[in-house]
Amino acid sequence: MSITYLEAIREAQAKLLRDDKRVFIYGQDVGGAFGGAFKATKGLAKEFPGRVLNAPISEDAMVGTAIGAAIEGMRPIVEMQFADFSSIALNQILNNAGTHYWRTNVPVPITIRLPSGGTKGSGPFHSQSMESIYAHYPGLIVMTPATVEDAYTMLIEAVAIDDPVVYCEHKYLYYHLKADQLPTESVPTGTARIAREGRDLTIVSYSAMVHEALAVAEQLASEGFEIEVVDLRSVKPLDTNTVLASVARTGRLLCVGESFPWGGVTAEVIARVGAEGFHLLDAAPQRLNAKDTPIPYHPNLWSAHRPNANVIARKARALLRE
Amino acid sequence: MLQTAQRQSKTKKPAPPHERFLEAFRWMLLTRTLEEKLVSLYRGGLITGGVYIGKGQEAVSAACGLFLQKGDIFAPLIRDQAGRSAFGEPLLDVTRTYLGSRQGPMRGRDGNIHRGRPQDNQLAMVSHLGAMISVTVGALMAKRFKGEKDFIGLACIGEGGMQTGAFHEGMNIAAVEQVPLVIVATNNHYAYSTPNDREFACHDLVDRAIGYGFEGYNLDGTDLSGCLEVIGGAVKRARAGRPPQLIVASVLRLSGHGEHDDASYVTEEMKRQPFARDCLKVAEQTIADLKLADADTLAAWRKEAAAKVDEAIATAQKEAPPEGDKEDWCALSTRDLVDQLETID
Ligand SMILES: Cc1ncc(C[n+]2csc(CCOP(=O)(O)OP(=O)(O)O)c2C)c(N)n1
Ligand SMILES: [Mg+2]
Repeated sequence: MSITYLEAIREAQAKLLRDDKRVFIYGQDVGGAFGGAFKATKGLAKEFPGRVLNAPISEDAMVGTAIGAAIEGMRPIVEMQFADFSSIALNQILNNAGTHYWRTNVPVPITIRLPSGGTKGSGPFHSQSMESIYAHYPGLIVMTPATVEDAYTMLIEAVAIDDPVVYCEHKYLYYHLKADQLPTESVPTGTARIAREGRDLTIVSYSAMVHEALAVAEQLASEGFEIEVVDLRSVKPLDTNTVLASVARTGRLLCVGESFPWGGVTAEVIARVGAEGFHLLDAAPQRLNAKDTPIPYHPNLWSAHRPNANVIARKARALLRE
Repeated sequence: MLQTAQRQSKTKKPAPPHERFLEAFRWMLLTRTLEEKLVSLYRGGLITGGVYIGKGQEAVSAACGLFLQKGDIFAPLIRDQAGRSAFGEPLLDVTRTYLGSRQGPMRGRDGNIHRGRPQDNQLAMVSHLGAMISVTVGALMAKRFKGEKDFIGLACIGEGGMQTGAFHEGMNIAAVEQVPLVIVATNNHYAYSTPNDREFACHDLVDRAIGYGFEGYNLDGTDLSGCLEVIGGAVKRARAGRPPQLIVASVLRLSGHGEHDDASYVTEEMKRQPFARDCLKVAEQTIADLKLADADTLAAWRKEAAAKVDEAIATAQKEAPPEGDKEDWCALSTRDLVDQLETID
């Protein structure tokens, strides 16, 4: 048996619906026999009548509704059709969900699933990675699972957490990533994972870019370099300790993210390592992000827009020579 | 005696119209008294931030709070002190929040009208207008999921807030989900300084109801009897399973947008309109005309309201403010998931 990243997300939701009466799923096209634009809820409406509900194209109201339901004791999961459309719901996510516990002492346990990241031909409005925006605001937890196992266990944990969680699932990984079976154990949120051990350079990454980084590590191994790959798993909280410990071993740091370059997760990691681990560094820390333009449609442009294994390898080699 | 009034509002048996009228009147009176005090504290420099009052809107607002029962959801907005009080918000919540006491429900973390007790079904508004409609819808959906019975939600909005995208989405989703919701929109003819003709171009805002699948009613918000009848009717219909209800009440905002605002843009012509009447004076006139209460009783009520307000202010003023170095700077309830980032110490 093998299970994809997407199936793991569906299975996690099935388990959540089965185990917890407070859980319901709300989103465009998630219900009926359709089961969502990416089929992440396929079959669930039938298995759990009345609990997997089609919502109108009203992202702001979908999240507002989830907030109200959470205040009243439910554990809603909101599926955005694409992460990009969560911009419509920014107000509810940032200003309502994110402030609610701080202001009123009443937590808002909602989970917002964002089908994120680029795939060929998706263009400017169906490709975005928005984790940095959500991580910037207080009161939210931001998860970026890179493996089938994490996709499953982190979604279950997201719903269990009493605070709002933005769960960024990568669309490219949906079908490309497979595991033999669903995991029975999980690593707690807020703990990064060493995806590959090494001693010459640390590449810090998350979500789909972890796999590009692993490909680079493999490639550079044949050139005699040992690259350590850190998978952040959640970008907020950010596991600075694991990153620092890795940099202490390697002395070199490259951060790779798929989102836009200004600010963001990669800048945050470098700022923290610069402030707390400056003495550990043998070379100036570097980062790679997508280009500072909207995400292009054409595959030729798209593959040049985001960091890929070739670009990362080039950057890594330069950093290893320093 | 106000406590008695509060308890009455929570019982299901409808009070006789006169009793209900007087009960509502007393919440209006309490609100006017409280807000006049808040204004004078503001003028004296004793309140940090703004003061936003509901002068001229007390009748509409009181009627909103009065018909809600225990278990109902209330989403008040800027000018709903009367409704908040009638729904059961303690006066101390108001004074503590305005005066920045550490002991208020917002503990100095939020101020003035941005307060509530979500755990007691009093939703805490965010500034962003229109945002609380869908939140109310969600709370009602949760009650339905949980199998609760006989509950409704009531959300307030101004005619300005009605023009947001969030309000549109909220109306639509309420009707799609068929939740027992009453939206009370008060057209006080201004959104801050902007008059109606720069806010919307439809003939009558209530016409929008049908477009969403709501039932809509207009209301002269200066007339307490009408407010009780129309809002009470809408609440009853929502409770009986009718579609969501939209009420559009017409009044004039009899204050600035906030106390920092002299409202010099409000035209003399506007002030001569029938909707510019002061609902409290109109209600007093009704009481006199129908001999519902004598002058001594009214005077006693006034005195009692003033005493309660003074006490709530004095208490909050004696309380300690929050302090930066003692504050729990944590926006998550899940402590072990707090980001380790070192912030200013
Ligand atoms: C989305 C949004 N934009 C702007 C504001 C700033 N603002 C606060 S109150 C107000 C006017 C509101 O008018 P209305 O809804 O008619 O309510 P009223 O003040 O008249 O009771 C504005 C523009 C806001 N709170 N929310
Ligand atoms: Mg107005």
